[in-house]
Amino acid sequence: MGAWRVYPAVAAGSFRRYATYRAATAAGVFTNTVFGLILVYTYLALWEARPGLGGYDQAQAVTYVWLGQALLAMLAVQGGGFESELMERIRTGEIAVDLYRPVDPQWWWLAHDMGRAVFQLLGRGVVPFLFGALFFPAALPGEAAVWGAFLVSLLLAMLVSFAIRYLFALSVFWLLDSQGVAQAVMVTGVFCSGMTLPLNAFPGGLGEVVRALPWAAQLQVPADVLMGETAAPAAYLFQAAWAVALLAAGRLVQSAATRRVVVQGG
Amino acid sequence: MRWPSRAAEGVRAYRLIAGMWIRSTMTYRASFALTVCGNLVLTGLDFVAILLMFSQVDALGGWTLPEVALLYGLSVTAFGIAHLAFGSMASLGGRVRDGSFDTLLVRPAPVLAQVAADRFALRRLGRAVQGAGVLGWALVAVDVDWTVAKVLLLPVTLLCGAVIFGSLFVAGGAFQFLAQDAAEVQNAFTYGGTTLLQYPPSVFGRDLVRGVTFVLPLAFVNWVPAAHLLGRPYPLGLPDGAAFATPLVALVCAVPAGAVWRAGLRSYRSTGS
Repeated sequence: MGAWRVYPAVAAGSFRRYATYRAATAAGVFTNTVFGLILVYTYLALWEARPGLGGYDQAQAVTYVWLGQALLAMLAVQGGGFESELMERIRTGEIAVDLYRPVDPQWWWLAHDMGRAVFQLLGRGVVPFLFGALFFPAALPGEAAVWGAFLVSLLLAMLVSFAIRYLFALSVFWLLDSQGVAQAVMVTGVFCSGMTLPLNAFPGGLGEVVRALPWAAQLQVPADVLMGETAAPAAYLFQAAWAVALLAAGRLVQSAATRRVVVQGG
Repeated sequence: MRWPSRAAEGVRAYRLIAGMWIRSTMTYRASFALTVCGNLVLTGLDFVAILLMFSQVDALGGWTLPEVALLYGLSVTAFGIAHLAFGSMASLGGRVRDGSFDTLLVRPAPVLAQVAADRFALRRLGRAVQGAGVLGWALVAVDVDWTVAKVLLLPVTLLCGAVIFGSLFVAGGAFQFLAQDAAEVQNAFTYGGTTLLQYPPSVFGRDLVRGVTFVLPLAFVNWVPAAHLLGRPYPLGLPDGAAFATPLVALVCAVPAGAVWRAGLRSYRSTGS
């Protein structure tokens, strides 16, 4: 089978695998909606005390919350995507079998994660977002072109999200402990993506740092594209630059890992 | 078997199983120390978010930073204790699905104790420690007219808060007999509950506050006692002594949770595979 058929097949298989657990998906939708509700009220209070914080009005802050809940599972901000499986395979030594396969590991796992991400967006993202748009003030664009630009930005966000977690996962080749790495994925993901507070609203120098880090490409940048806070070309440039840099770094680390590291369990 | 000896047996089984898991964890001491630290940082992120908010404003919903820190400290410490003791119940659905729950039923020890102590993770102590740290700072920083009653209210509140959250974990465990894959729903109440309580009640819609006070009485974990400590009127105009009804509320949570657990256990059908 050629590469142009293998990777789409992997992605489709991954999509179907996540689509199998319907009750779990419904439960996730419910939980995301409840957390969205809690966050919305706290943001409304915050933006009432400080109108225009981070350049957002109240409707934009609320939209940001629902977007965050919609993308949380898709971008695996807290982890739980392909990387937990890959780390486990490295830890147990099963990775040795994977390395014999006539496929490229990075492309394989990328396809795997894309299938998952697309399902999570449709299955877990859409409903909380619609709920929020229906029952709370929302700042959504009218033109289809902006939505199109937003979708492109989402695709780039998926690539950056994958590239970050791929690097974290490969570190297990040296660290041999997946629990601590999973925690690091979660801490950096939640904080630096702006899941707790929009990065635009971070104060001073800290704000400037987090807005330049790759995690900003996950939630903050797509949100700003959707709400017209940033021009699409500049946003794409930022996201694509991080995606290319991190994917290239992933390549380098991958070749170092497969050449120098003795696989566990031998 | 009579109730007291049954409960004593449960506590004994819990101690033995938890002790075994602690010994197993302590084989890898460095890894344990790191995961405790990781847990501390992870659960501390919520408070960092609050600090970031207060770097932009002086008050949230009319509450100052030390007052919100008091809410946070009470909520997270109580949740941390309950999570340490009953957090393992969240993985019950997995045991039901793969059939390994059956082995717990044939062992001569109360099932609830076995499930609660299953894979007992001492690292979850990180959350309670972090919450207690914030609580300590808040108690120094807030402006309270301390009386004997108010001082006594503090440990009672923490203990009862842990019982209220513990009841949620037990009821959530029972729910998994029914839901299996949908186990995540309980997170909306447990993790969602402790997150909600980190912010002042004045921030939320009146109906939400009403529901959290009278239907699922999470408000007694911290909102009601903190309002009494700080001398702030509670949004729903509860009588002033309401804070001292907290033990009663904890009992009202624990008894139905126990009943729901027994009903769930009776309804269990093995996967048979």
